[in-house]
Amino acid sequence: MSALLLRDLRLAVRAGGGFGLSLAFFLILAVLVPFGVGPDRERLALIAPGILWVGALLAALLSLDRLFQLDWEDGSLEALATAPLPMEGAVAMKAAAHWLTTGLPLVALSPVLGVLLNLAPAGYVWLPLSLLAGTPALSMIGAFGAALTVGVKRGGLLLSLLVLPLYVPTLIFGAEAARRGAEGLPALPILLMVAAISLAACAALPFAAAAAIRVSLR
Amino acid sequence: MSLWEYANPKKFMETTGWLLPWLTALTALTLGGGLVWGFFLTPDADRFGSTVKILYVHVPSAFIAINAWVMMLVTSLIWLVRRHHVSVLAARAAAPVGMVMTLIALFTGAVWGEPMWGTWWAWDPRLTAFLILFLFYLGYLALWAAIENPDTAADLTSVLCLVGSVFAFLSRYAVYFWAQGLHQGASLSVDRAQHVADVYAYPLWLTMAGFVFLFLTLVFVRTRTEIRARRLSALVARERKAA
Repeated sequence: MSALLLRDLRLAVRAGGGFGLSLAFFLILAVLVPFGVGPDRERLALIAPGILWVGALLAALLSLDRLFQLDWEDGSLEALATAPLPMEGAVAMKAAAHWLTTGLPLVALSPVLGVLLNLAPAGYVWLPLSLLAGTPALSMIGAFGAALTVGVKRGGLLLSLLVLPLYVPTLIFGAEAARRGAEGLPALPILLMVAAISLAACAALPFAAAAAIRVSLR
Repeated sequence: MSLWEYANPKKFMETTGWLLPWLTALTALTLGGGLVWGFFLTPDADRFGSTVKILYVHVPSAFIAINAWVMMLVTSLIWLVRRHHVSVLAARAAAPVGMVMTLIALFTGAVWGEPMWGTWWAWDPRLTAFLILFLFYLGYLALWAAIENPDTAADLTSVLCLVGSVFAFLSRYAVYFWAQGLHQGASLSVDRAQHVADVYAYPLWLTMAGFVFLFLTLVFVRTRTEIRARRLSALVARERKAA
């Protein structure tokens, strides 16, 4: 399992593409928003947590179609299916690699982008915390969507259509936790809800995703 | 005699072929009767005026929109467990019907909301949950359309339906929480069905039954079409093999 994780991490970092790009996308989004809504600092502060959450979600979505697609094309997914490691474990590791290469950097980057969007002071604690609790769910749900569309040619658009509705609860609770935190309201219960969604997704979705991959490999 | 007999496509075709004319007549009777009764034979409501008559389309379509998804969930499960093709074809047949019902509910809601609330759309929990349901239908149908192999498509869409149900359910409650957090309670939404007077309730029940029959009729017709399409493609494949 750790070998698979390390392989995916190395691939993500060295092969170019997903790793830096989704961070750059996150940055560009945060730069573009003020152009769209105007430079009014109060307005920006009001929407900063939500915008950063939506941005993180889209950035995570961006690199999803590479999750299984490349392995599917060069046949290593079939090799994985015959390996002693159950497909569930392989899927979980792939999602973990995706999280380590996109989710975690997004968490680290979010306070910096918070400065651009005039995030309220308390938000610098709560926004990264809520992202830290929520991005595992984004990666795992995304891995499920990627598993569904692995056999589809040019499934990127379909993937986003499938995954985005599934992101709704995570986004609602995550952005709400960040918003409440930024406004100084009690945010801990909602943060725990986000964490619960992440944990439940990590516990249950590898099975669904592995089932989907097995169907596609059939 | 068990329910599973109807999973045999031949038996299903026979039974529904016999049932469909009756079902169609029943649909026409209940739906037509309910709508005529509701539209022309009930008085205008005090606060709503004649807009109250949207009720007879709005509530049943919303009811079907949700229950079509529940039906898809059940039939998808049956497909995954027992591998009955008719089951998953019924799920596929129900999806567009459910999607259109969701659209009808959203549209009639908007038309009703404009005079009553002064807005076509508000991010009220109910409306939002329905919009999300619409997105789920969209994704389900898109996945069906994207995959060529029918059995692969059936498996994948069934898995999506199961997972999607959990998330749709979660979204529904998340949305309630979210809108309360923003708007201090869903003051815009009234639980209409429970508060209508008998004058409106009787035709409403009739149209509800009419929509249920309509849904059944449409699903049967569409499932029969799907089964025939399958048979046709099997024939074509056999022909090609022989040639």
